[in-house]
Amino acid sequence: MDSLIFLFLVQDGATNGAIYALLGLALVLVFAVTRVIFIPQGEFVAYGALTYALLATGRVPGTVWLLPAMGLAAFAIEMIGKGSRMSGREIATDAATHIGLPVVVVGATFALADKSASALTNVLLTLAMIMPLGPYLYRIAFQPVADSTVLTLFTTAIGVHLAMTGLGLAMFGAEGLRAGPLTDARMEIGPLMLTGQNIAVYVATVALIAGLWVFFEKSLYGKALRATAVNRVGARLVGIRTSLSGGLAFGLAAAIGAASGILIVPMTTVYYDSGFIIGLKGFVAAIIGALASYPGTALAALFVGVVEAFASFYASNLKEVIVFMLIVPVLVWRSLGAVHDDEEE
Amino acid sequence: MTALLDIENVFVRYGQVNAVRSLSLHVEPGEIVTVIGANGAGKSTLLNAAMGLLHADGGLRFDGADISSWGIERRVESGLCLVPEKRELFGAMSVADNLILGGFRVEPTERTRILASVYERFPRLAERRKQLAATLSGGERQMLAMGRALMSKPRLLMLDEPSLGLAPRIVADIFDIVRKLREAGVSILLVEQNARAALNVADRAYVMELGEVILSGGAQQLASDPRVAASYLGLH
Ligand SMILES: Nc1ncnc2c1ncn2[C@@H]1O[C@H](COP(=O)(O)OP(=O)(O)O)[C@@H](O)[C@H]1O
Ligand SMILES: [Mg+2]
Repeated sequence: MDSLIFLFLVQDGATNGAIYALLGLALVLVFAVTRVIFIPQGEFVAYGALTYALLATGRVPGTVWLLPAMGLAAFAIEMIGKGSRMSGREIATDAATHIGLPVVVVGATFALADKSASALTNVLLTLAMIMPLGPYLYRIAFQPVADSTVLTLFTTAIGVHLAMTGLGLAMFGAEGLRAGPLTDARMEIGPLMLTGQNIAVYVATVALIAGLWVFFEKSLYGKALRATAVNRVGARLVGIRTSLSGGLAFGLAAAIGAASGILIVPMTTVYYDSGFIIGLKGFVAAIIGALASYPGTALAALFVGVVEAFASFYASNLKEVIVFMLIVPVLVWRSLGAVHDDEEE
Repeated sequence: MTALLDIENVFVRYGQVNAVRSLSLHVEPGEIVTVIGANGAGKSTLLNAAMGLLHADGGLRFDGADISSWGIERRVESGLCLVPEKRELFGAMSVADNLILGGFRVEPTERTRILASVYERFPRLAERRKQLAATLSGGERQMLAMGRALMSKPRLLMLDEPSLGLAPRIVADIFDIVRKLREAGVSILLVEQNARAALNVADRAYVMELGEVILSGGAQQLASDPRVAASYLGLH
């Protein structure tokens, strides 16, 4: 095989793999903390991509209205559920995070949305619009069923995925969008040409993973999230609200999804329903990592990306099939291991 | 003076099963109170309900306030804390992280101060602060569970069978710590099957059977009660 093609495919695969790694990590995080298999992860990618692409052309995306709507819904559910038992301070905090925050973001969006706005401004606006959707979504759809079975949570996740895809169509229309690159920089390494976008993907992935590591290892809230994943009863006994952990995990997942969307939309046209397949590839990585191991998931994601790149070069019709087939040997291997586990219990 | 913990006519059910029935109990500030009883009497159920892990019907007051509708985090914040029978440590996390999380509801500067005092009280934990909780011995795990509880600045510490599965020498250490905690101003509600040790350390005691209190009184008085001696102290 031509070594240049080989290098090119590896590079292409690594770029996509980096995105899958981010999504896979978000899936593992959400599952560990809330036991939700987070099918709508991909919708956050599409929302992020399309929101950013619209902002880049100076338009105001529909997501800006979704934010206050969901904030208000989450606030209403919270108040109906336990408003009568909350202190005035708690109600004020809740109103600030569910109503005040969206109002500020809507105001900022209308003030800043402009053709001439910098890429950084648009990135920050996109994250500000998408990230809070995570905790709101958790409050509306998942917290009410937080203690039910994994299957119920999974069914809920599928329902949310369908609803969010429909909302995506309503907000962004059926046409795909693509944005200009975040930067025009280029870099040559031997025969390889790295575009600024490639570099942005690598840098953002490494920075996000490093940021997550610091958050989980060093911050009190990061530790609280880990504690909830490790032992829910223990976490409740030290006064960690499992709903807080759930909201936090969903917020991180939404932010990671939005960041992934911003990173890919300059490289490929994104449609309102493109997120699902992208999210599924992160899911393949997470399954290979057993929905438990963060480094395992990240490595598996790079592997998925590279396999995909080679598959699309040599057998482009079968590309998706080959990628999704990757989990079959893992599942077989694990089911053999599961027999052993059952005996132990 | 109002009782620190006042449980009045409380019922706790698992589905159709009445695990705690019409139970009343109180702990005064500065007291060590013990609840003894056979396996399955409903002791753990009682503590879990007081903490808010289980729903209870009836009166539940802490320091005069009706806490029956409060979530666990609010009970923790007001000074109620449970060291459960299964310890419920964060096994995959370090000793230090377990302790820090114990002070989740405490101000950061205060947390650092209390952490130092917990390490002083349990030098073993200080030596092993980087070790994962899951790799500790049974006695160390119990110390970590108690240390984690102390991180929340409890006014009432509820201990569910702290001596369970521990070697006799370590049990003595644990009861020693219980005494010292009381001297430091923490009231204690102690659930034990090891009735002799519990009656030895406690001021007052309740005896539970089939979800109900069948006897109560001063710990010394109960220790010499022939019914208690026959059923719980292994004397005939
Ligand atoms: N989760 C549960 N579901 C149903 N019954 C339970 C549960 N936990 C305890 N019980 C029952 O409640 C009774 C009291 O149990 P428990 O409070 O654990 O007693 P103790 O701590 O005194 O040994 C027992 O009959 C036990 O079988
Ligand atoms: Mg018990």
